Amino acid sequence: MEILVCVKRVPDTAENEFQLNSAGNDLDRDDLVYSVNEWDNYAVEEAIQIVDKVGGNVTVVTVGDSESEEVLRREMAMGANNGILLSDDAFEGSDGKGIATILKGEVLKGKYDLILTGAQADAAAGQVGGMLAAMLDLPYASLVNKIEVESDTTIKVGREIEGGNQEMNEVDLPCVLSIQTGINEPRYVGIRGIRKVAQVEIPVKDAAALGIDPSSVGDAGAKVKRVDYFVPELGAGAEMLEGSTDEIIAQLIERIKSKGGLA
Amino acid sequence: MTQIFVYVTHVAGVADDIASEYITAAKKIDPAATVTAVVTGSGADLDKVADSLTSKYAEVIKIGNEALAYPNAEVVRKALCNVLDKSAVVLAPHNTFGMDMCPGLSIKMDSAFAADAVDFEGVADGKLKLVRQELGGAVSTHVACDISNGAVITIRPGAFAPIDAAAGGKVTDKSGEAGDLTAKRRFLEVVQAEVGDVDITKSDVLVSVGRGIQEQENIEIAQELAEAMGAVVSCSRPIVDAKWLEKSRQVGTSGKTVKPKVYMAMGISGSFQHMGGVKGNPYIVAVNKNPKAPIFQVADVGIVTDILEFMPALTEAIKEM
Ligand SMILES: Cc1cc2nc3c(=O)[nH]c(=O)nc-3n(C[C@H](O)[C@H](O)[C@H](O)COP(=O)(O)OP(=O)(O)OC[C@H]3O[C@@H](n4cnc5c(N)ncnc54)[C@H](O)[C@@H]3O)c2cc1C
Ligand SMILES: Nc1ncnc2c1ncn2[C@@H]1O[C@H](COP(=O)(O)O)[C@@H](O)[C@H]1O
Repeated sequence: MEILVCVKRVPDTAENEFQLNSAGNDLDRDDLVYSVNEWDNYAVEEAIQIVDKVGGNVTVVTVGDSESEEVLRREMAMGANNGILLSDDAFEGSDGKGIATILKGEVLKGKYDLILTGAQADAAAGQVGGMLAAMLDLPYASLVNKIEVESDTTIKVGREIEGGNQEMNEVDLPCVLSIQTGINEPRYVGIRGIRKVAQVEIPVKDAAALGIDPSSVGDAGAKVKRVDYFVPELGAGAEMLEGSTDEIIAQLIERIKSKGGLA
Repeated sequence: MTQIFVYVTHVAGVADDIASEYITAAKKIDPAATVTAVVTGSGADLDKVADSLTSKYAEVIKIGNEALAYPNAEVVRKALCNVLDKSAVVLAPHNTFGMDMCPGLSIKMDSAFAADAVDFEGVADGKLKLVRQELGGAVSTHVACDISNGAVITIRPGAFAPIDAAAGGKVTDKSGEAGDLTAKRRFLEVVQAEVGDVDITKSDVLVSVGRGIQEQENIEIAQELAEAMGAVVSCSRPIVDAKWLEKSRQVGTSGKTVKPKVYMAMGISGSFQHMGGVKGNPYIVAVNKNPKAPIFQVADVGIVTDILEFMPALTEAIKEM
């Protein structure tokens, strides 16, 4: 099975305290720690496991600048066979539809049986996979937490729905699936793994190579644009306890008691 | 004047709460908008939900078909594409159904798409200004969405105050316009979540741990605190993904809904999917080393510190009481 996995380089929410820049129109990105989108790691792991079972290749693709190459290498160190970087100044400022349009360009150049995305990325939109599928007229399932390859023409997928229940579907191939965390346990990637793929050539494709009209993507093609960032009021609700640990604990115990949380 | 369609999800003929929340959302988009509720389904359940919505909406469209009995996103999308006016604004819930259907619907309707709106600030020059969150709720953004050729927007359940308008509306049956509803994705069944060894929904006090617990061995520290408090340990999703605790202990939209008296959020950032499972207005204690963590906006009391040091100290103090 030929599997394409879409991955994105994002600011790591566990590693950063986010601040706005002085103009207030963007995050202060100078000291941000970036990593691969959490959900995409699960997608790549799932693709590798499927190929281990039924054969084929895993290709990872990203739309981004030259710095995004590092996430492709990381996923190749996990076991993806190929990486492709889609990069062009014209791609900058793309909305979800723009990103999906660019990815569609690459999908049409290859021959993929299965296309995986993460359930969502840093902007928590969860849009690119469903858009890509609709553009390609392929079936789509989101929030997938189980994949069983049944035959060359269909797969069985479980979707995680409210309450942790699982919705089972049969889906025709080729298809696009967005992967939910917890579907597997992504393998650890060590420094040695990264070093092994450090020299591998990663092709870079621009709008022309993908046959994309530059005005349909990027800022020019975007119907949805972020105007600014803001940080909601800190502690709007919470009473912040301060002082020595002993003082804080004494105050906290008193409050928990009064709310019936301690006898 | 904006034309707005709101897609009302329902279970066994009973509309989800979002039905009342849409009314507020639509008013914030455009106070003069015409708002039409749309329901899909089959049989008596569909009739029941459509009729019930006439008390809130002047116009209700129902689309009935056996193929719509279970809301398979691909099938619903096809029906909506055939029935709805493509230049309109379509609202749907940002839940596992809306996430499944809406991005693709926007492509098929050739309209703009915005996900998980938590507020609207009106339309100017054909652009709708909306508020959403990024990076797990750490930052908010204003987004301009060009709705001049229609838009599909998912709204966060619970983010808009429910209104009970009295409309006395009418139901229009558009089942005949649904078109071809065959699909390349076919629904098979729903498998219910497994039941675990403890029932976190029964406990008055929950010590809930998030990614801030850092290592599997540290779960023990939370367990000791819970024991001292006569509480039960629950957790956020990453703890279950890592297999450090069983799924039945997960609080949130894709886990359990809990209604304790006191909820101790230990190293949990406070994403809406997590907080979506915390109901009944408990007293929320948040301990987090990041003063900017979103959890401090919903908590009643907050402490900025390392949980790995704080929890053992609290356990000791409680034991000495
Ligand atoms: C469709 C869908 C459904 C979902 N359903 C759920 C659900 O049901 N339940 C759920 O929980 N999530 C759910 N999620 C995931 C959710 O979006 C968040 O990713 C998740 O809740 C984050 O968990 P967390 O707060 O533990 O981790 P993080 O967001 O990583 O936060 C960890 C926090 O710990 C703090 N911290 C770190 N170390 C320490 C320390 N030593 N001391 C004190 N504080 C520390 C950090 O400052 C940070 O605020 C869902 C996501 C999707 C897309
Ligand atoms: N720039 C990008 N390059 C490649 N894939 C992307 C990009 N942005 C989003 N995706 C994919 O789409 C998924 C969902 O992202 P989003 O729709 O932005 O929330 C991600 O997990 C990726 O798989």
